[in-house]
Amino acid sequence: MIDFFLGHYAYWGIITLLIIGLYGMIFKKNLAKKLIGMTIFQVAIIMFYVASAVKWSATVPVLDPLAGAADAAKYISPLQHCLMLTAIVVGVATSGVAFSLVIAIYRRYKTLDESILLERMKSS
Amino acid sequence: MIQNSPALVPLLLLAAAISIPVLAIKKTSVAYLVAAAASFCSVTISAYNMFHVWKSGPLTYHFGGWIPPIGIEYVLDSLSAFVALVVNVVAFIVLCHAGGLKGREIPGKSVPYYSLVLLFLCGANGIIMTGDLFNLYVFLEIFALAGYGLIGIGEKQAPVAAFRYLIMGTVGASFYLLGLGFLYIVTGSLNMADVRNILPLVQGNPAIAAALSLMVIGMGIKMAIFPLHGWLPDAYTYAPSTTSALVAPIGTKVAAYVIIRLLFFVFDVKFVSHTLPITDLIGWLAAIGILFGSVMAMAQNEMKRMLAYSSVAQIGYIGLGIGMANPLGYIGAVLHILNHAFMKGALFLVAANLRKNAGHSDISKLDASYRKKLPWSMAAFTLAALSMIGLPPTAGFFSKWYLALGAIDKGNWVFLGVILLSSLLNAVYFFRILEKVYLAPPPVQGPGEALSPKEKKGPIAEEEYSLMIPAVVLSFSLLLLGLWNANIVKGIIQRIIPLGM
Repeated sequence: MIDFFLGHYAYWGIITLLIIGLYGMIFKKNLAKKLIGMTIFQVAIIMFYVASAVKWSATVPVLDPLAGAADAAKYISPLQHCLMLTAIVVGVATSGVAFSLVIAIYRRYKTLDESILLERMKSS
Repeated sequence: MIQNSPALVPLLLLAAAISIPVLAIKKTSVAYLVAAAASFCSVTISAYNMFHVWKSGPLTYHFGGWIPPIGIEYVLDSLSAFVALVVNVVAFIVLCHAGGLKGREIPGKSVPYYSLVLLFLCGANGIIMTGDLFNLYVFLEIFALAGYGLIGIGEKQAPVAAFRYLIMGTVGASFYLLGLGFLYIVTGSLNMADVRNILPLVQGNPAIAAALSLMVIGMGIKMAIFPLHGWLPDAYTYAPSTTSALVAPIGTKVAAYVIIRLLFFVFDVKFVSHTLPITDLIGWLAAIGILFGSVMAMAQNEMKRMLAYSSVAQIGYIGLGIGMANPLGYIGAVLHILNHAFMKGALFLVAANLRKNAGHSDISKLDASYRKKLPWSMAAFTLAALSMIGLPPTAGFFSKWYLALGAIDKGNWVFLGVILLSSLLNAVYFFRILEKVYLAPPPVQGPGEALSPKEKKGPIAEEEYSLMIPAVVLSFSLLLLGLWNANIVKGIIQRIIPLGM
């Protein structure tokens, strides 16, 4: 039982982060805090990929004359890291678009609080 | 030429999107011309691709010359070439209409707007053509980010709607990515065909079930399938007219295409309908969504909002076809992707014409004077509405016909009942408008008579050809699509019925 928890500690951390992110997006009233939740959610998935690439007693995927090229087991799979570089870029772009929308909302309604925002949307 | 043509459309659109801000630096009207030209080229190329696929089988393109399981592959088979052609044709017609609007709803923003439109189309084409699951995620985000921008440009409330869509859309894409992570850990491959070959070897692994559920939920949010549709009505209502006419026919269809591709072409039909009956879940949710969307559409007074709820219902038909997981349901779903793209495009273009010429698209303000002032737009509306209801020989009838046959074939009488009932509900909310426009007596106006408050609001502007023709083309093509539906089904859709259905 303890092994099950300790053996997968990275995944427990990631699950916690995913839940924190979802909580932020659903329950926080402030739009900026929702965005923070969204970013945490995305980062948790990036960590998930990176954690899946971990290999003990292996080295970075750069050709090492000592380890030799033939033995793939001695190198960490680089693919997950490459995928996540793309995902990080996508995440940055999403945050950029999201913050520009938040700025547009603030300029029009002078608030970022969701309940006040809904009231002002109805009255206008 | 032909071996490079699968990559040509997304790359052309991407290049045009990036070059618009440079080309339009002196004269902003150049932006629209570049966008229309790029869109026209993509229609031509995808029609050529479709013809080639129809004549001599699937096309593939390997990026950078890397062979598939390692490199990124683009695949054009009957399904992807067909959906790509539909998307590009509808987008081109909507862009023609946008030229008539002359940037009225996007003052001073036409350069970034048309650049985003092309990015949006580039994302859509990339999603449809790619044979690589991670590449699909990247294009999905290009597509979605451009979509948020296109919606956020709209009315006062538009950024709020776009923000809500962004949060939900990002969660959807993240779920897809998480599911893909599971799938990659288990299979060690990202290529769709390769994953399909490896999956039978790892069938018992519970991570596969988690991967499939997460990916389908993620795409379900993008597709706005019933309980996950919360972002859709506001986004479609407050967006500029061109965006609504572009996002409504294309946005959700592309996600529906991804679900079809995932369930039936990456995973095994037997696995998704028996081992892990996710198609049943989609089918039942879609059935609820059809009724919910139709009832909500009846309650709306704003035409764009009504059409948005009707989209929730129509997406349900595609979900219903996916949920049946039999050949007839599959044909119905794919045919409905085509038909709904044309119907919704036409209806949103008419809503745009109403907003342009009458200054509103409020259903309660419609009266008989509209049929005098906007005869062609209202004719286009009528034809598209009849097709939505499903009257033969319009195209809408045939996709519903295949779906109904599929429901009978599966022995699921509830689905059949839902299809019939929703046709009646569609009739209720469309005839409500047709009655006001066509059946009400024309406003009589004697010389000394006082004007009623409706008429005091000022006259409705006459129709312009540039706005009327695209809507009429889209809705009259529904008749042609209806007449040719047997050819489309036999020649294109039936060629690629998923194995094991």
